[in-house]
Amino acid sequence: MAETAEAVEAAEVAEVADTAYGGARTYGRTREGLRAYRLITAMWIRSAVAYRASFVMTTLGNFTATALDFVAILLMFSQVDTLGGYRLPEVAFLYGLSSSAFGLADLALGSMQRLGRRVRDGTLDTLLVRPAPVLAQVAADRFALRRLGRISQGLGVLGYAIAALDIDWTPLKVAMVPLMLLSGGAIFGSVFVAGAAFQFAAQDASEVQNSFTFGGQTLLQYPPSIFAKELVRGVTFVLPLAFVNWLPALYVLGRPYPLDLPVWVAFAPPLVAVGCCALSGLAWRVGLRSYRSTGS
Amino acid sequence: MRTGRLYIAVATGGFRRYATYRTATLAGVFTNTVFGIILAYTYLALWHERPHLGGYDQAQALTYVWVGQALLSAVSVMGGGFEDELMERIRSGDIAIDLYRPVDLQFWWLAQDLGRAVFQLLARGAAPLAAGALLFPLALPTSPLTWLAFLIAVLLGTVVSFAIRFLVGLSAFWLLDGAGVAQIAWVTGTFCSGMLLPLNVFPGALGEVVRALPWASFIQAPADVLLGAADPLPVFARQLAWAAALLAVGRMLQSVATRRVVVQGG
Repeated sequence: MAETAEAVEAAEVAEVADTAYGGARTYGRTREGLRAYRLITAMWIRSAVAYRASFVMTTLGNFTATALDFVAILLMFSQVDTLGGYRLPEVAFLYGLSSSAFGLADLALGSMQRLGRRVRDGTLDTLLVRPAPVLAQVAADRFALRRLGRISQGLGVLGYAIAALDIDWTPLKVAMVPLMLLSGGAIFGSVFVAGAAFQFAAQDASEVQNSFTFGGQTLLQYPPSIFAKELVRGVTFVLPLAFVNWLPALYVLGRPYPLDLPVWVAFAPPLVAVGCCALSGLAWRVGLRSYRSTGS
Repeated sequence: MRTGRLYIAVATGGFRRYATYRTATLAGVFTNTVFGIILAYTYLALWHERPHLGGYDQAQALTYVWVGQALLSAVSVMGGGFEDELMERIRSGDIAIDLYRPVDLQFWWLAQDLGRAVFQLLARGAAPLAAGALLFPLALPTSPLTWLAFLIAVLLGTVVSFAIRFLVGLSAFWLLDGAGVAQIAWVTGTFCSGMLLPLNVFPGALGEVVRALPWASFIQAPADVLLGAADPLPVFARQLAWAAALLAVGRMLQSVATRRVVVQGG
């Protein structure tokens, strides 16, 4: 207990020093964090690939399990031609973007869902005394390469959508596709980090964050036109998930957004992503500082 | 008589065990409600295109969404209950102690799982359904008899679900690591139970097949009884038949496993 208090104190002292040294110090810590993340994930990848058959099976399993959502959409389109005014390739475009962006975040940070358990049983203490940023350690903990399954099915559906759609491609629209995946991944990633920060307070309530991660992903797989205006407003202005795919993708598809917004918001996702990352980083610091060990 | 009391005690234990985690339960209710809202809007769009799809009107389709969310954990569609523990006990060799006990392995776990299901139905079932009824116009029946029939269908669905998950658990006798089987069971359960979409919306022959499979007992059967879309007695008969058949297979597999497999020890 005393040791942990010391570790927390040390972290706080380091943080004060952090602000004193300014940018150079922050840059150093980020690099250190990325290095720790890389080393820990490399270890987990080696351990997963050691059982090759099991790795192939679980990745295929992840692929199939995450593809079920698209199967549901296919089943719906076996009965109708349009859903909320959107044809199958258009919905597939939204689905592919949502699923791949979420897959990127899930691959990189999905392990953070387990933080609540570490807080409960006190094993987070071990991470606090190691000479590496806690965020990097928690994010890399039990890194699961099998989550590539989700990304690959998302990209597969996205590929189908792009082939089936008749889009008037401009260089701008082409560039927007990878940009959506990256900023979308960052937005979902900051939801994971904020969710983990919330778990310091909530502990057992880790399932709540599923509503925003998995729930958000599911929501974005469908066109915004089918949802109530308040819900669309909520995910545009409060929890800005609409910037993952809805706003930029509807620009690419040449479709209007259900809320009256200027055209330039379609290009805002990178900015929104940076803002989300900063906010969730802040939430993480507050959460980590509030951590008191179980004491057992 | 004494064994009856024993199984009731085991079931009560199962109930209490899950009732301990109140925050986790509340978090689960919240998540079920959020998913219910998202699904409800997709169903609204679908039934707007095709009114009376699968024989449901719009209110019935919405009710189906919320009944599905309410039953998700009670019927354990996605697994993750006792079967994980059973697999772990087989892997570690602790199963030897279970087999020494003067109680039946299958009934012990069944009693425990039913206790869990009762808690999950009360806690994680009632609350999302109430939330759904507040937010959307649902077609809930007023006759207490229909509700009673619904509860019977849920009970039978839970037994069928248990019987399948018992088989999943026993697979660890041969595979040791049951993660792959558990995942297959998860995917099949999600797809074939009617959780993705009501099974009567599935097209053509695929629809015929999934409606005949045991997983239809999980959500589709209780929902149809509640919505008055199916006659309760034939539904019960089909659920009972699947429960009996699958429990018998589990019993057979259990005796083969205990006779032929050497328990892991260390």
